[in-house]
Formats: sequence, structure tokens, C-alpha cells
Amino acid sequence: MSAIAFPVPDPTILARREQIIEGLSRLVAPAALITAEDERRPYETDALTAYRRLPLAVVLPSTTQEVAAVLKFCGEQGVPVVPRGAGTSLAGGAIPQEDAVVIGVSKMNRILAIDYANRVAKVQAGVTNLAVTGEVSAEGFFYAPDPSSQLACSIGGNIGMNSGGAHCLKYGVTTNNVLGVTLVMLDGSVVEIGGAHLDAPGLDLLGLIVGSEGQLGIVTEATVRILRSAEGARPVLFGFPTSEQAGEAVAAIIGAGIIPVAMEFMDKPAIEICEAFAHAGYPMDVEALLIIEVEGSDAEMDAQLARIVAIAREHGVKTVKESKSAMEAAAIWKGRKSAFGATGRIADYICMDGTIPTGQLPHVLRRMDEIVKGYGLRVANVFHAGDGNLHPLILYNCNDPVEAQKAEDAGMDILKLCVEVGGCLTGEHGVGIEKRDLMTFQFNPEDLAQQMRVRAVFDQAWLLNPAKVFPLEGRVAA
Amino acid sequence: MTLHIPTTEAQACAIVKSVIGSGTPLSLAGGNTRAGLGRTTQTQSTLSSAGLSGITIYEPAEMVIGARAGTPLALVQATLAERGQMLPFEPMDHRALLGTEGEPTIGAVAAGNISGPRRINAGAARDSLIGIRLVNGRGEAIKSGGRVMKNVTGLDLVKLVAGSHGTLGFLTEVIFRVLPAPERVVTLVWRGLSDETAVGLLSAALGSPFEPFAAAHLPEGIGADQARTLLRLENFSDSIDYRSRELIELLRLHGTPEMLEGAASGELWHDVRDARVFAGTEEAVWRLSVAPTDGPRATAAIAARLPGARWFYDWGGGLVWLAVPAGDDAAAGAIRAALKPLGGHATLVRAPAAIRAAVPVFEPLAEPLMRVTAGIKQSFDPAGIFEPGRMYAGI
Repeated sequence: MSAIAFPVPDPTILARREQIIEGLSRLVAPAALITAEDERRPYETDALTAYRRLPLAVVLPSTTQEVAAVLKFCGEQGVPVVPRGAGTSLAGGAIPQEDAVVIGVSKMNRILAIDYANRVAKVQAGVTNLAVTGEVSAEGFFYAPDPSSQLACSIGGNIGMNSGGAHCLKYGVTTNNVLGVTLVMLDGSVVEIGGAHLDAPGLDLLGLIVGSEGQLGIVTEATVRILRSAEGARPVLFGFPTSEQAGEAVAAIIGAGIIPVAMEFMDKPAIEICEAFAHAGYPMDVEALLIIEVEGSDAEMDAQLARIVAIAREHGVKTVKESKSAMEAAAIWKGRKSAFGATGRIADYICMDGTIPTGQLPHVLRRMDEIVKGYGLRVANVFHAGDGNLHPLILYNCNDPVEAQKAEDAGMDILKLCVEVGGCLTGEHGVGIEKRDLMTFQFNPEDLAQQMRVRAVFDQAWLLNPAKVFPLEGRVAA
Repeated sequence: MTLHIPTTEAQACAIVKSVIGSGTPLSLAGGNTRAGLGRTTQTQSTLSSAGLSGITIYEPAEMVIGARAGTPLALVQATLAERGQMLPFEPMDHRALLGTEGEPTIGAVAAGNISGPRRINAGAARDSLIGIRLVNGRGEAIKSGGRVMKNVTGLDLVKLVAGSHGTLGFLTEVIFRVLPAPERVVTLVWRGLSDETAVGLLSAALGSPFEPFAAAHLPEGIGADQARTLLRLENFSDSIDYRSRELIELLRLHGTPEMLEGAASGELWHDVRDARVFAGTEEAVWRLSVAPTDGPRATAAIAARLPGARWFYDWGGGLVWLAVPAGDDAAAGAIRAALKPLGGHATLVRAPAAIRAAVPVFEPLAEPLMRVTAGIKQSFDPAGIFEPGRMYAGI
């Protein structure tokens, strides 16, 4: 399957490979430079494993200065650069190309400072998302964005993709939780943007860099907000006879002025897959499941849940199951957060990531089912219900090239549907290569040209992660 | 002086295209209540959003509202209030401080990234702004973001435009995420604390599980004889009872606070939000953005250089409102020198036009960032027609 095109590798760069490696070897320690084919192999893809390209070389710097030296060298040599965090991108954001140098930040994995009084942590880009929370949880704090890959994914990658998670309904996504970055630009200059204060001066370059998918520079350090955890948290399962009723209950809860920390939706196929994996006690006799998490003291959670349960009953809820212990609560989340892994046990799948206006949910669920059935495939849906971020998992057999193509086509049809109903192509995974060629469905040529002119301010020659985000045709300079 | 008042986005595009040819720079205007923000600029023409008014989308269950840029902020807020919702970031009203009249618009809130006390907990205007339409300096109507709150499709031009003060384009429509308004609001007031002790109290509260939504300190002589330290709780009524009790217990070292509700609480926060204690004076007014615990250090360093300076703190100490004698340069050099060892930065909010033409109103940036800023301006507005020099000289 190779529906998504990569640029043709530049033969003049491939021909200079030995010289380029020699140049890199003068900039970083020997252990930081990976050139042997079998050692480059782990870097040929990310979590979009259907696509692979072996990079020219891989560099794993330990300092911002090393990143700066390597970037400057690549810029001067006209060699494409693919930044890499932990390589967990579902959109192919870290997939390299044959004429590119991968710069991975995995060795820059130190937490530099924690400041509880100002509620910030300064970390290197290779620190994993969960490690930040791990470092501060003993003091009762946490780092809010919680993508499902949080055990493995890096803060640098989270910044690149503006990652979200199940709890962003209340706490926001990465862009709302980063206060500053150290950015290395293509010419090797190192700039500090923002810091422990709340607003950076001038244009909001921080807001631009978060979610820019490694196309504007490489972030080596970040100052992130840490928040005090609530006194307690309790996920509760609500099983509904129909998806429509579950959707209406979500709308009614928000309408009643309640913002739970998380509201996660699963359809019947997803419930079955996750329950078989996690044994979380999910109800099996319902068509739709909501995991709603509330926070606060015990009395506060009781009060909030009483309101939510009353609303759910008005919308025909069939099962309400509270977690009675920390273990039960963990099992409920384990089921949801391992949805992708659990699905992987029964079939290959493509995980989509569109966002829709939540009012369109019943229509979109119906149409998605028709689309996927039209290709003769199955779909399981997990979904951040409060904010409309869909994750349909399209099941297929990757050893069957025809089926694989159908799965990809079905996914593209679903994303177009998301745009048609007023939503967008990607809510938290990013565009990468996966959705690159659909950008013209969401944006008109002027919209895209404006984005590309901004991009070119940082990288006139399109060397930084060049095959991503923008369609290969029609690229513009500053 | 020419005043352009387009009533459609297409007209705005046509006006901009015609101006590109003549090379006349444009001021961008909403309700003119914040016209004095930024550096003093020289323009012969104004492009106004006054003809672009009205709510374009409001879906309470999806927590999203959109409006044309010239829509009065008050109309947006009233529309939300009817359904028990609100803008999350409590935008400041600049009229009292700047001595302006007119009707603040929702577009200017986006263009200026105008936030208030709630910013410490719920983020700035830029955090809630999810979609924009604007006319760039080529006369093209472009969009970024949209009406859904989770959206990472392409570069986030929404954030870039938020706070760009009209230098990148003429906003025609803005879309914000909204939140339910709280059932009940109370303010706890401690009296007589020093700046340092007060900021310590605010940090302890903000680092507690009891979620203050606003945290400010008004030193002695700012609006009252005695210093006042303020924490605001917003929640369901039962939670307010519980959380205020817990907070008072946590902070018992500082004595028992007074508890305000209703108008008394609301007025106090309007004073803080709008810096009303500095209204009507001749002083120059600055906004310092620092790490919250550096707030008292910054003011001590400034007071040592500038006797007569007055200040108060919002955002738990992280936002310092500072009033100094205007003099020739609004004490820009002394203030920025005092901040240098701490990090953070200073923005001149109110000063006579001559001073705002002479001193950098926004903190000067490191050279690579200044180059990027100039490049971004060029990418939106190659002819340099929108608010030239409003943020930085020559950009």
C-alpha cells in the first residue's frame, strides 16, 4: 500500500552521504550518530507503520548546542531534517525519508527544575509525558495533557503535535499547558520563547510553534504548567440503549452547567474489544458506553454524580456503574486507554482522528457505519464525547493489499465527512503524512498559502520535516 | 482621514486591495475603546469593523459561540448569559483606564488577546479562541481553526493573530469556546498582608485542590487604606461552602478572611480586571508579566529606582499593574532594567502618544525573534498596510 506519496529522494544528497556523515561526526559524540543500516532501521517509521523510509542517518544529540550544530550543518548542506520525539505519531509525523537526517531528542530526557510555588516544570524535550506527572505526583500535582501513548510519548513530540488526551475537556490540550520553549532554528540560532510567566511578549510564537509538527524548528526544552490534582477522581460507566441517547445525555450534562473532567464514548464493537482485553466490567448489553469522570471531595463527587445520573436517566440510561475502588477506577481507564492496543490484538486497524460538532454525532455515527460497511469492513468507535474528537478504528487485514487500500479509502471518506459537517481533519494526532493530501478539503488555496508563507519564514528551503502537513504540489515560499 | 466601513467580508477584501495600490497605511478599528494600546502610529485611513455585527453561531451544548468582529462584546456576553454561559477569560474593559468611550467589540478582544483575572486558572483569550476569519494584507479572506474546540489541522494561525493588535490582518469573524457560568461566586478577603506574604498565600491557594479562579493582591493605599488579598471561588453552591472552609483552614496562619458575594464581590473584581484604581490619573501605566513569586521582587526593585511607583497584583502575583510618573519615557529603562534579572517582561499600556511613539511599548525581542516577527508580518501583509509600527518600529 503506498497511496501516500513521498518526495523522490534527492540523488545529489544520496551521493554525498559519506561526506554528510563525516560532517555530522565532527559535530556530535560517536555514540550519538547512527549510520549502520540495521541500527537506522528502528527509525524508519513511527506508529503509522504501514509507511517506512530508511533515513540517511540518525543523530541523537544530548544538548541544545548539539542540536543547533546539527541543524545548522543540515541547513547549510541543504539536507532535509526529520525531528523525532518517541516515534509514537499515529499520523506519520516522524516518518523519515531516504535523503533526510533524523534528529531524535530521546537522549534529552532530564527534568531540569520543578517550581511548585509557580506551578511550572522545566523539562527537556525527550522526557516522556507520564514522567512529568510521575515526578510531581508525590506532591499532589500532575501534567494535564494525557494522550493514550503517554507512557512512551515525549513532551517534544506532544508540542510538535499539540497532543490532547481524555482529560482535555477540563484542562485543555498541550498548547494550553506550555508556557515556554527553547527552540533551535534551522540556522542554528537558539531562542527562548516564553518562560515561567504566563504571557510571552510580541506575537504569540509559542502558540504557532505548538502543533507545527517539527516544521519551524526543534524544541529542546519546555516550561510546562503543572496543576494540583483534585482531592479525588471517580470514573463512572453509563450504558445506553442507543448512541443517540448517549449523545443527547452529553449535550444535556453540558447544558446543565456541568463540565466533567472527561466524557469518553465507546460504541458496541469498541466495548467488546476493550472489555475482552481489560476486564473492566463494561456492560455488554448496551449500544453505547460513556465513561464520565468527576473530581473533587467525596461529597462533591457524590453531588455532581447525582446530577449526572439524573440527567442520564432522563435520556434512558440502562446501566450506571460506579468505580468502588482505585483498582476499579484504574480498570475502567485501562480499558479505554488501551483501546488501540486491544483492537490491535484482534485485527489490524487504522485509527482516525477527526473532530465534529457534537450535535452531529448521531448523523456522523450512522454515516460512518455506512461508509465502512460500503467497503466491506468493520469499524469500532472511541470518542472524546465532550469535545467531538472521534477515533474510529477501521479494522482490516494488513496482509491483504486490497483490503488495506479499502481501509485507507474508508478513513479518508470519514475525514471528509468530518469536514463536511463543520469539523476538522484532526483533533489531536496531527496531519503528518496521513492527512496531508486532504488538507485541500478543509482549507482553500489562500488559507494554505498563508500557512505556507508563515512556515517559510522559518524554513525557506523546506528542509524541516518537508513531506508533512502540506500537499507536495503547490508549495509556496515566504 | 478616510473611514472605511465594510458591511461584508468581500467588501473588506476589495477595500484592502484598493489600498494596496495606493500604499496608504490603515488603522484597524472596532469600538475605539482600545485605540491607545500599542505604539503610536501615523495613518490617514481607518478600516472599521463597525459594519460587521451579529452572532454567527451559538451552540450552547457544544460550548461554542461565533460572531462577526464588530459585534459588541456586551451583546456576546448577554447572549451567553441567557443560556447560563460565559466567556472563560473575563476580558478586561479598557475604557476606565484609557479614558475612552464607545462599545468594546469581540474582534478587538481577539486581536488584543484581552484577558482578565480568570486567566490564571482558565487561560487567556487566545486559549479560548478556536476559529478566525480575517482579511490579510493581500486582500484575501482566509480562515484558521474553526468551530470545534479540538483542532490541530495545519499551523495555528489563530494563536498568531490573537494578540497581534491588527498588524497581521483585519478580523471579520471570531469563534470562541465558552463555559457554563458558575452557580455561585464568593471572594475571600484577607487584610493587612505584605506583598510577599500575600503572594505566598495566593501561591498556596493556587497550588491547593480547591481551585481558585482568580487571585489578586491590592497593597495598602490601592483602593483602600489596608492591603487586601483576594481569592475568588466559583462553583456549585455546596462546593463553595466546602472549598471556602477548606481554604480558610489551609491558610489559617493569615487569619480569618471576610467573605464577599454578589455585587460587593463583583465590583472588587471589576476594579482588578480593569485596573480602575489607576483611572483618571496622569501616571503612565504598565503591565508586567513575571513568574508569580517574582511579582514582589519586581516591584521592590522598581520601587528602589522609582519612588512614588504604585502597583497591584493579579494572576497570583504573575501580573503586576504598575503606575509611575509619566516623565519623558514612562520610566521604560528603569522598569526593564529592574525586570532583567528576573525574566518576564513589561508592556506600556497607558502613556501620552508622544511617549508611546518614543519608547518600545512591547518588550524588545532577541534578534532572531525580531527577524521572525518581521517575516511573519511580511507573510500576511507584504505591503505593510495594517497598523505599521503598532507593535514594533518598522514592522
